[in-house]
Formats: sequence, C-alpha cells, structure tokens
Amino acid sequence: MIGRLFSARLTWVALAILVIGATLPLYVTGYILGILTLAYYFGVFAMAWDLLFGFAGEVNFGPTFLVGLGAYTAGIINANWGWPMAACVLAGALMAVGGGVLLALPALKLKGPYFGLVTLVAVLLLQNFIVIFAGITGGEIGLTVPDVLFIDDAANYEFALGFMALSGAILFGLSRSPIGLILQASGQDAVETAALGFNVAKHKLAAFCVSAFFSGTAGALMIFYLGTASVGTVVDIAVGVQVIIAAVLGGRRTILGAAVGAIFLILAGEALRPLGELSTFVVSAVALAVILFFPNGFIGSLLRVGERS
Amino acid sequence: MSAPLLEVSGLTKRFGGLVAVKGIGLEIRPGEILGLIGPNGSGKSTVMKLIMGIERPNAGMVKVEGVDVAGWPSHRIARQGVGIVFQHSRPLHRQTVLENIKLALLPDSLIRLFADPEVESKAIAIAERVGLGAVLHRRPATLPFADLRRMELAKAVARDPKIVLVDEPFAGLTSGEVHDFSNLIRSFREEGRAVLLVDHNVKSVSALVDRVKAMYLGEHIAEGTAEEVMRDETVRRVYLGGAITTAARPEASFKDAEPLLKVEDVGVLYGKAQALEKVSIHVHEGEFVSVVGLNGAGKTTLFNAISGLVPYSGTIGWGGTALAGRTPAAIARDGIVQCPETRELFGDMSVRENLDLGGQHLSKAERLERTEWLFELFPIIKARQPQAAKTLSGGEQQMLAIARALMMKPRLLILDEPTLGLAPVILEQLSKALEKLRQTTSITVLLGEQNVTFALPHADRVYVLEHARIIWEGDPGRFAKEAGAGLL
Ligand SMILES: Nc1ncnc2c1ncn2[C@@H]1O[C@H](COP(=O)(O)OP(=O)(O)OP(=O)(O)O)[C@@H](O)[C@H]1O
Ligand SMILES: [Mg+2]
Repeated sequence: MIGRLFSARLTWVALAILVIGATLPLYVTGYILGILTLAYYFGVFAMAWDLLFGFAGEVNFGPTFLVGLGAYTAGIINANWGWPMAACVLAGALMAVGGGVLLALPALKLKGPYFGLVTLVAVLLLQNFIVIFAGITGGEIGLTVPDVLFIDDAANYEFALGFMALSGAILFGLSRSPIGLILQASGQDAVETAALGFNVAKHKLAAFCVSAFFSGTAGALMIFYLGTASVGTVVDIAVGVQVIIAAVLGGRRTILGAAVGAIFLILAGEALRPLGELSTFVVSAVALAVILFFPNGFIGSLLRVGERS
Repeated sequence: MSAPLLEVSGLTKRFGGLVAVKGIGLEIRPGEILGLIGPNGSGKSTVMKLIMGIERPNAGMVKVEGVDVAGWPSHRIARQGVGIVFQHSRPLHRQTVLENIKLALLPDSLIRLFADPEVESKAIAIAERVGLGAVLHRRPATLPFADLRRMELAKAVARDPKIVLVDEPFAGLTSGEVHDFSNLIRSFREEGRAVLLVDHNVKSVSALVDRVKAMYLGEHIAEGTAEEVMRDETVRRVYLGGAITTAARPEASFKDAEPLLKVEDVGVLYGKAQALEKVSIHVHEGEFVSVVGLNGAGKTTLFNAISGLVPYSGTIGWGGTALAGRTPAAIARDGIVQCPETRELFGDMSVRENLDLGGQHLSKAERLERTEWLFELFPIIKARQPQAAKTLSGGEQQMLAIARALMMKPRLLILDEPTLGLAPVILEQLSKALEKLRQTTSITVLLGEQNVTFALPHADRVYVLEHARIIWEGDPGRFAKEAGAGLL
C-alpha cells in the first residue's frame, strides 16, 4: 500500500539521505549539529505551510501565527504551571489547531490577497498579545522555559531529524493521497470541486488543522530545544517570510522541497555569517534569483521532469 | 409514465436590480432530454447554476426525486445525483487528464488515504468512452478545445449522476465533433438519466431533444416539441432571427495594387509540432477575408503570428513594410487589432471600463461617439455597463470582446471564432453590423471561423486551412462545390 503513495525510487533516495543524516554526529561539530537541529524544525514549519498554500491554495502570509501559538502555549504552561514537557507540547499543538480553525473561518469567505492580509494581522495580534501580557509571556525579553528536551547535542539532533522525517512522511503521504488531490482541486476551483460532490469547506478546514498541528508541535519542540521562547525566533513576521521563502525555494507543492529549502536557507545564512549584515542580503538575493528563474524550486524542477515523461 | 426525476417550479434569481431568472418551472423524466434555448443573457446558465446550488435561488423549488434541494450547498446536491458540464471548461491545470477524471471518482472522505484500486480502471474506461483514451497523461493546457470539452463530460459522468446539466456542449466544435457529442448525450438517455441541454446550435439541439423550452429575459416563453417551439412567433423574433445574406465583391474591385496585408511562406513551430507550414495569404484594403478550418488547423496560430505574438519564419508585410521584429503593442498601434478566441476581458473591471480601455487613444468626443455606435450594435452591452465583466453570460462576454476590439478603430480587424456561443439572433445582428462596417468604412476584416454558415456570407474571399497548410483559395460561391466537404 505504502508503495502506491511513495514511488519506489523516491523512497530509497529519501531513506539514504536520512541514514547519512543520522550518522552526521559521528563526524561534525556540535555547533553544526545545533544549526541543523534548528533547520529541521524550520523544515517542518515550511512543509506545513506548503500543505496549506501549495495544496489547499490558501495564501498564508503568517505561518508564525500557528508556530508561535504552539511555542508560546507550551512555554507558558511549562514556565508558569510546570506541566510535564509532553503535555505542554500537546497543549501547544492543540492550541495551534484552534488557531488554525480560527484562521480557516475567514479563509473560507475571503479570496487570496484579502485572506493573506488577515493572516498578517493575526501575527501582529499575537505579537501584541505577547508584549502586553509580559507578566506570563516574558514580553520582549523572552520566556525562559525550565525544561529542555535533551542536554546532549547529538540527542537533540537525532530527535529533530526523526521528527522532521516523520512529519515529512505524513505530510507527503497526505499530499499524494486522494485527499491531496481533492485539496488541490479545492484550491484551484472551489465551485467545480463542490459541483463534483466534495465538501470544500470540510477539506480546507482539515488542511488548516493538519498544517496547524505540525506547525504548533514543531514550534513547541523548538523552544524546548532552545530553552527560551522569544518573539524574534518564533513569531516575528520576518521569520514567517523565511518559512515562505524556504518552501518556495525548495519547490511549491512538493512538501519535501520545503524541508530541503529550509535546510539550505539556514545553512547558507550560517555559512555567510562572516559577511555580517551582508549575509542576509546575499541569501535573499540567491533566493530571489531561484524564485525568478526556477519558479518550480529545487525539488520541483526534479519532480516535475519525472511527472512529464 | 414514470415520475419526474427533476421538478423545478417558481425558480427566481435576482442579481441586484436584474432579475436573471423569473418563475421558471420545468420537469424532466428519466431517459428524457429537455432542451433549453434562449438568446444570450436570457438566464439559461443561471437556471443550471440554481439547480446545481452554485447560486442560491431567491425563490422556488428544485425537487430531485421528490426531495426539495433548493438552497442546499452544491456538494450535497451533487451527491443527491446531479452533475453539471459547465459552459466554460474548468480543468485542473496542474493535473493530467486521468487525474482530473479520477478526482471525480473519489469519495468525499477525509479518512480514505488510499483510493480504491478500481478508480484507475474506471477512470480509464470513462476516458475511452468519451474519446480521451490517447491523451490520458497530457495536461489540459496542451489539449485541443474539443478534448477539454470531452474531459468536462467525462468528469460529469464519472459521478454517475441521475440528472445531467449540459451547458453549450457544441459551442466551438466541428460538425464531426458535434456528432460525437450528440451520440454521447444520446447514450445518457439510454442509461435512463434526465438531461437538461443548453446550446445555440439549433439544428443539433432539435435533433437530440424530446422537448424544448424557450426563455427570454429570464422568463418562460414557449415549450413543446422542437418543431413547435421553433415555429413559435416569439421564439422566431427574439431568438432565431432571419437568414444571413450578403454578397461577395470580386477581388479585382479592390484598387490597391499591393495588398494591405501580405503573409508569405509563414511557418510556425511549437516545439516539434509544425503549427503552420508555408502559409501565404493576402488581404486588400477594405476586403473581408475568411479563413475557415477545423479546430487545430492553425487559424489562431496564423493570427497570433500576424499580431506578433508567436515567432515565425517567412515574412508578413503590412502596408508595404515587414512586421518582423515589432512588438505586439507596436503592431496593435499600427492598426492591427485581434479579437482573440479567448476573449481576454478584464474580469474584475466593469463592462464600461473594458470598453473605455479599448478607446484609450481616442479623443473624448470620438470615444463617446464610438461607444454610442457600439451600444446601438449591441444593446445588451449598454444595459450591462456597470456589471463586472466576468459575471456576464457567455454570449455577452463575446459581444463585449468584439465591441472592445471595434472601439480601438482598427484598420485590420482580426476576429477569431467570433460566433462561439452566440445565439442565432445575435449572429444576425453581428452579421448586419459587419455588413454596415463594410459599406460605411474602409475597415479590413480577417475572420477565422469553423462555422462556415457564418464565414461564407461575410467573405469576399475564402481560404481553407487544413493541417497547418492553406489548401484552397477562392470566392465563397465556389466554396460549396470545391472545398465544402468536411466543413459544411
Ligand atoms: N453574478 C452575476 N452578477 C450580476 N449579473 C449576473 C451574474 N451572473 C449572471 N448575470 C446576468 O444574468 C443574465 C443571465 O445570465 P446567464 O449566464 O444565465 O445567461 P445565458 O442564458 O446562459 O446566456 P448565454 O447564452 O450567453 O450563455 C445575464 O444578463 C448576466 O449578465
Ligand atoms: Mg450561458
């Protein structure tokens, strides 16, 4: 059955990359492992975003609304009430799903750019909320969480890799399943899709929930890795823009490409760090060039070639 | 007699001040085909959308097998057994033909991660039934027009609906294709489905249907057998109109020694496919020339080459100078205006704004004068001025596209399939308008058509394009005898 969702070659390639990835702690420094760990969580943000935009066709300019909800919910509960970590992560994920449902309501009424505006406003609202209720959220300074995932770099790394692989497999499988096809149809032409007997609202709502679940979970896990939650890492609009660039860079509507794009973006930013301020500029310019000249992205160009033949 | 599958009564729909559908009622039994005719904008498509639940009726009842579904969301109506073939094809562009059909076969479920194994074989069987067997893995954008329409039919039947609403299946098809489609629709009858059919091809509709209902301005005007309805006085006046007659002028009567437009040995390649091969045509100033040919023969490609939209080999001369190397905008400013088959209207802008855009380069007085003249030509466009262009009926959009092209005061007007989706009475109006243009202005017209009954009367000269080549040239009088086979 699985073979019908994942073409054999793709599965093998992905597995090979994973195995190589899993052995990295044997030969790279803890510093690099740390960066990759962040990149993997970032990859999940981007994949979750791709499900909404690439498949359901929803222009979500604020992926960090869902990420931030998950991260801060988990962090606040952990810091203020000391719940165990797993319960905090679950609460964060559920809160993000709630946020996803909240976003889905206007999404079903408004068209493209208007909905995009709503998502931007949602991020700003969340950001304001965090600043205003600094007493429990830590405000602009950030929120320190008492619990951490693992002390060991390698353990953190392997955990993030496993989490990304699992999320990727689920999201990718979903996108290739009949539901993925119905979602794409709903995104492209809702009237026609409804006339074929599909409840477009139900499918879009489901897409919002799934996307929010993975965004929120990844956000929550990331702050337990970092030990702090701050607006600058999980809520700021600039972070959201990075998520979007990562997904587009890797290839829209491919899910896996989003992860590749995210890893590339974070690594490139790091490699160019010696350039100082200039590094952001260079990375952005490269991203822009790829988007302009290879609108299908890294993976998109590869996969689409296969589709055509 | 069995009970009706579909029972509609008192159906009414208002768009702002416009009552698009006014108290319409109809009944269709299993295995029955009801034709719905009426001039452009009379509300036929709206009736279908109301039945399908795409628009909510303001009043009325829609009973599917006795269950009143009026006001239900369209996915529930679809599951109640109603399917629609839209007037404009709506393929999923990113998916292949097979995937498009497969979609229609999927259950509306969030937990079915794996499609039933028979979905694939069912989809293939349906594709073969409608004649898409050879193009299963192509994407819609690469398909010829008729295949896109086949795909829409395939999607509709994939749901196995008891009631099928088919909106203008014959528009833009060749007579051979119309024949195929008629047979397909006839097979729906044999399967016991109830069919509601809208089309402006009166001959094919009459041959196919059991009964006809005619509408005008949203209201019922006649119902009965096809002959009865076509004989009805009102139907004749508001829908059928009179016969089209004009006379060709001999080529020698055009005084310019060097033709205004001279296309010589033009070839166009799309990848490996030869879309045009050594095509040469010429058009004199003031002359009306028709290029007739089946779908895919290369008419649109030829026009696009003239307008500078596709690269070509050979030369295209305009008033003595070569057009090669000029941008489409420069060519348009020089007086060559193409009214494309795809209409290219600005959907979110109003009808008036679309027109004004066409008249950008005219002085205000001239623009107003021209607008008045066009309103006289197409009164319905006048009535629809503030409406967003995308909400116009199919035929109204076509009229607006032609009006906008005329607004640009072209020296050479290229009309690509202008008759697509127009009611007979509008064809007559368009015909009169062209005739008036011919008599009162020095405008030159190049007309691409597969509707020979429209193309011939308006032409001084005719070219026949087949498989990328010109295979015949002559005056319309000789056409029927020498080249008509396959096109008439
Ligand atoms: N959303 C809308 N808003 C405003 N007016 C509309 C809307 N949809 C349709 N109309 C108007 O309602 C009238 C009926 O349109 P409809 O599409 O049903 O015509 P039709 O009979 O199918 O015509 P055609 O033969 O040209 O396709 C038209 O005049 C059209 O402009
Ligand atoms: Mg219509």
